[in-house]
Amino acid sequence: MKIVAVCGMGIGTSVLLKMNAEKVLRTLGIEATVEACDFATARKSGESANIILTTPDLAPLLTGLPAEIISIEHFFDLHELNEKLSKSLL
Amino acid sequence: MSLFAENSCAVSVWAEDRDSAIEAAGDLLVTSGRVTPDYVNQMVAAVAEFGPYIVIAPGIALAHARPGESVLATGMSLAVLASPIEFGSANDPVRLVFGLAAKDHDGHVEALAALASRLGDEAFVNKLLNAPTNDALANLLSELAG
Repeated sequence: MKIVAVCGMGIGTSVLLKMNAEKVLRTLGIEATVEACDFATARKSGESANIILTTPDLAPLLTGLPAEIISIEHFFDLHELNEKLSKSLL
Repeated sequence: MSLFAENSCAVSVWAEDRDSAIEAAGDLLVTSGRVTPDYVNQMVAAVAEFGPYIVIAPGIALAHARPGESVLATGMSLAVLASPIEFGSANDPVRLVFGLAAKDHDGHVEALAALASRLGDEAFVNKLLNAPTNDALANLLSELAG
């Protein structure tokens, strides 16, 4: 399972998203690698990802990749991440 | 080296709109020696290009551009706005604008994680919002590992 967290520049939001996704995956007992990257890289490495986590602003720009795209409104809301990842993975 | 350098935090910052709020956080990165002025322009351009998702939580923006030549050292800044500003995000209005500059994609991750974990804590956020002076604000942030 490969999950990619994507933001425009790959140093801020995507890093927070990666961190919180890892926390949630641990509690769900799901084994996955989570990478943070910028938008341009995602268009490439997104090819091999199962899931792309990103923001509502960027989600429409990432369509066309094989991965399922999940957009997250509140990066600090572990409940939202938990709900959306569980729905997709369990 | 601490993530928040001297002169990187300011209270009661006046901003007229989204761009000037981002510039305020960017200027603090300049005065604290972390970036060149060109980086500030890139921070403003990034929001225009990718949208207001940098408003990462209610009232909190994390303004940044890409690692590059205009970054002198990895660091952060914080501008506490005197009055809230609309960024066009679901998490509006914004009161805290953090600036972030990174030399590379990894060097700042732990410190950012430490900060992020505190921003989920409402009491800590309220302390930041109500810090009376720049020094008091800097003291609150210095307790974060960096």
